[in-house]
Amino acid sequence: MAGKKEKSAYAEFVIEAEELLESMGDRLTALEKDAEEGNVDPGMVNDFFRSMHTLKGLSGMLGLKNVSDLSHGLENLMDMLRMGKIDFRHGAMDALFSGVEILSRLVARVGAAGSEEGIDISAELRRIRQAMEEKAEGDRDVTLENVGLDQRILETLTEYEEHRLLDNLRRNNSLYRVEAHFPFASFDRELHEISEKLRSQGEIISTLPSSDESSPETISFDLVVGSAKTRKQIARSLGKRKGVTLHAVECGGTPPPAAAPASREPPERAAAEAGYESMTLKSLSQTVRVDIRKLDNLMNIVGELVINRTSISQISQELLVLRGFTGLAVDLSKGARNLERNLRQLQQAVIGSRMVPIGQVFSRLNRVVRKLSQDFGKKVELTVHGEETELDKLMVEDLADPLLHLVRNSFDHGLEAPAERKKLGKPEVGSIELRAEQRGNHIIIEIEDDGRGIDVEKIRKIAVDKGLLEEGHSADEQSVLNFLFLPAFSTKEKASQMSGRGVGLDVVKTNVARLGGMIDVETELGVGTRLTITLPITLAIIQALLVEVGDEHFAIPLNSILESNRIYKGQIKTVEKREVIHLRDRTLPLLRLADIFRIGGSRAANSDKLYVVVVGLAEKRLGLVVDSLQGQQEVVIKSLGEVFEGVTGVAGATELGDKKAILVLDVGALIEEATHGS
Amino acid sequence: MSRTIMVVDDSSTTRSLVASHLLESGDYDIVEAASGFEALKVLPAGKVDLIITDINMPDINGLELISFVRENPIYRHIPTIIITTEDSEEDRKRGMELGAMEYIVKPFTAEEIRGAVGRVLK
Repeated sequence: MAGKKEKSAYAEFVIEAEELLESMGDRLTALEKDAEEGNVDPGMVNDFFRSMHTLKGLSGMLGLKNVSDLSHGLENLMDMLRMGKIDFRHGAMDALFSGVEILSRLVARVGAAGSEEGIDISAELRRIRQAMEEKAEGDRDVTLENVGLDQRILETLTEYEEHRLLDNLRRNNSLYRVEAHFPFASFDRELHEISEKLRSQGEIISTLPSSDESSPETISFDLVVGSAKTRKQIARSLGKRKGVTLHAVECGGTPPPAAAPASREPPERAAAEAGYESMTLKSLSQTVRVDIRKLDNLMNIVGELVINRTSISQISQELLVLRGFTGLAVDLSKGARNLERNLRQLQQAVIGSRMVPIGQVFSRLNRVVRKLSQDFGKKVELTVHGEETELDKLMVEDLADPLLHLVRNSFDHGLEAPAERKKLGKPEVGSIELRAEQRGNHIIIEIEDDGRGIDVEKIRKIAVDKGLLEEGHSADEQSVLNFLFLPAFSTKEKASQMSGRGVGLDVVKTNVARLGGMIDVETELGVGTRLTITLPITLAIIQALLVEVGDEHFAIPLNSILESNRIYKGQIKTVEKREVIHLRDRTLPLLRLADIFRIGGSRAANSDKLYVVVVGLAEKRLGLVVDSLQGQQEVVIKSLGEVFEGVTGVAGATELGDKKAILVLDVGALIEEATHGS
Repeated sequence: MSRTIMVVDDSSTTRSLVASHLLESGDYDIVEAASGFEALKVLPAGKVDLIITDINMPDINGLELISFVRENPIYRHIPTIIITTEDSEEDRKRGMELGAMEYIVKPFTAEEIRGAVGRVLK
């Protein structure tokens, strides 16, 4: 039985193995077609060989004997094919197709059962052995004997390269030797340039470096190129370059293609082949799979850099103040500004590398809904918009469960049964829509159904029964709906008494709040319900406004700040025992940070003029009363740990440039506090 | 005095495996190169006592690197060890013909690496 550790290693393996097998499967179909046309691309064969080699290595390390043995067999078969020792005949193609198929089944079994038992590979291994006995007719007709290449070049060819050389000869391609002398300081760039040019004309078979005692500052290369092009064509593509000479290589009796225009190889073919070679090189750098913890670590380092950058900026500013705009002080300030700019780019790049499309979660939801629909006989169409919207990878993972919860809620409680829908004159097939879009630094996710909606009056009644609301209180619809997210409303029986909503909504809300987000609900009885989740794009590094209250400092995330104002004490009114002001035709509830965090000595308490920072999330607004504004800064939010988990209004802590730790406010929770806590 | 070994392989896993086996003994300093190119770039930068190289690498392969070292009077004295897979017997043979002193077959153990290096640098 596989232990826990093996299991997680297996999970990693299954992901990588499935990717490899899928790409091999895709290539096989193309390979079979090319083989029938006698036109097999050596780059593709080599790629296939490498994939099989990787799979063999991975499975070997995990002790998955069947996968390892079978992939080893197929690797050997591929090796013989790429070396031209056997041909792509039916035997080989059949062995490859069925081998890949059996490997996929083995890998799936490892994924599902943690073992590869129950699948026999002996027939496959036999098939591979037979295919390997079908000897090729090729290699004998050409040899390297009369090829006009230096012995030194010939003896440094690997077996594969030697085969490529022979294969070029067999296809009546010409061989060329490019002699290049470069200054040592720039050889890598210059060699890369001519290699690219040559690859557009043919296949580079070998690159042999050498150096000369008499000129230690230069390094020389001999490149051997096989191509269907004429010498003139290649020379033209290389252009005039200092230190680069092109030689045609005597191919031992094979007439050069200029004299034998009836080359079996059309020129486009060589170009395609060359394109393939550069493609394989490129594909190495296009995607890499990275453990998210490595990115976390990178993010932390960037975070530390941000803190250090802040101290350098502060020192630089102090120095400017001390020294005036002279010499070192100006240089340092310039340097600090450059550092700041580069760091911002680095930060964006690191954050960008963590971003994944939310479609990953949406497609999982699609599968869930399809299954629910089958199991419960409710017809539902799930439509999805904005699946390309990108979000921090960790947030996407943490969102999966809340979204699943909400979609299930819509399915279970929102959408009516088909018969009921028919009676109501609604289309029989219910609709759930998922929408994601980016607005500034936020991601908005909406889940909308065309079900029965939520009966607000019923909730109002329950809230009164539970003593959450005074009888006859004029709470607006939004406030009443917010009761749905309270734990007391969320048990199953209670949920079924009301119009069915409320299963675990408090849990959903907690999870969304943990991601720094908010959730809103809009509903119309009989028409449907829309839930809106508002989230920051990333949690790790944010711009914040630093404020002072008494002797304490706080950081307020800038993306939730709408404006900051200086107001007079006289503007503050009291409505239902709460302080509010009128600002731009809106009544804005106020919250004194000094009260919430019980800070003594706040100047705002007695001062005539005070600062109000207006924050908002989704449609809600709140004015935070503070003593003074201290300026903007980038901050790295760090968790306060479990001890502080229950503290309302705090999202985490951050360290400032002077190594002082301050609290970062959780705007969503504060708004909650101000609009509900009484 | 510790001796410097250059490890040339396009697989970072193999490089760090070789490096960690050798660093454990405390007798060697390790310089890594991810390609034949990098090896050529780094060689003049300091004294290298031994080169351990993979053979199948894109662009400049291990055989070409060994040949370069052998042909160059400044580097001619540097011994070379090749790393190959069990299937590439032909390439291994060519490497030994070009003057490699030892070969190591993947997957290798710490003892195999240290043994080969010890024999070459004794």
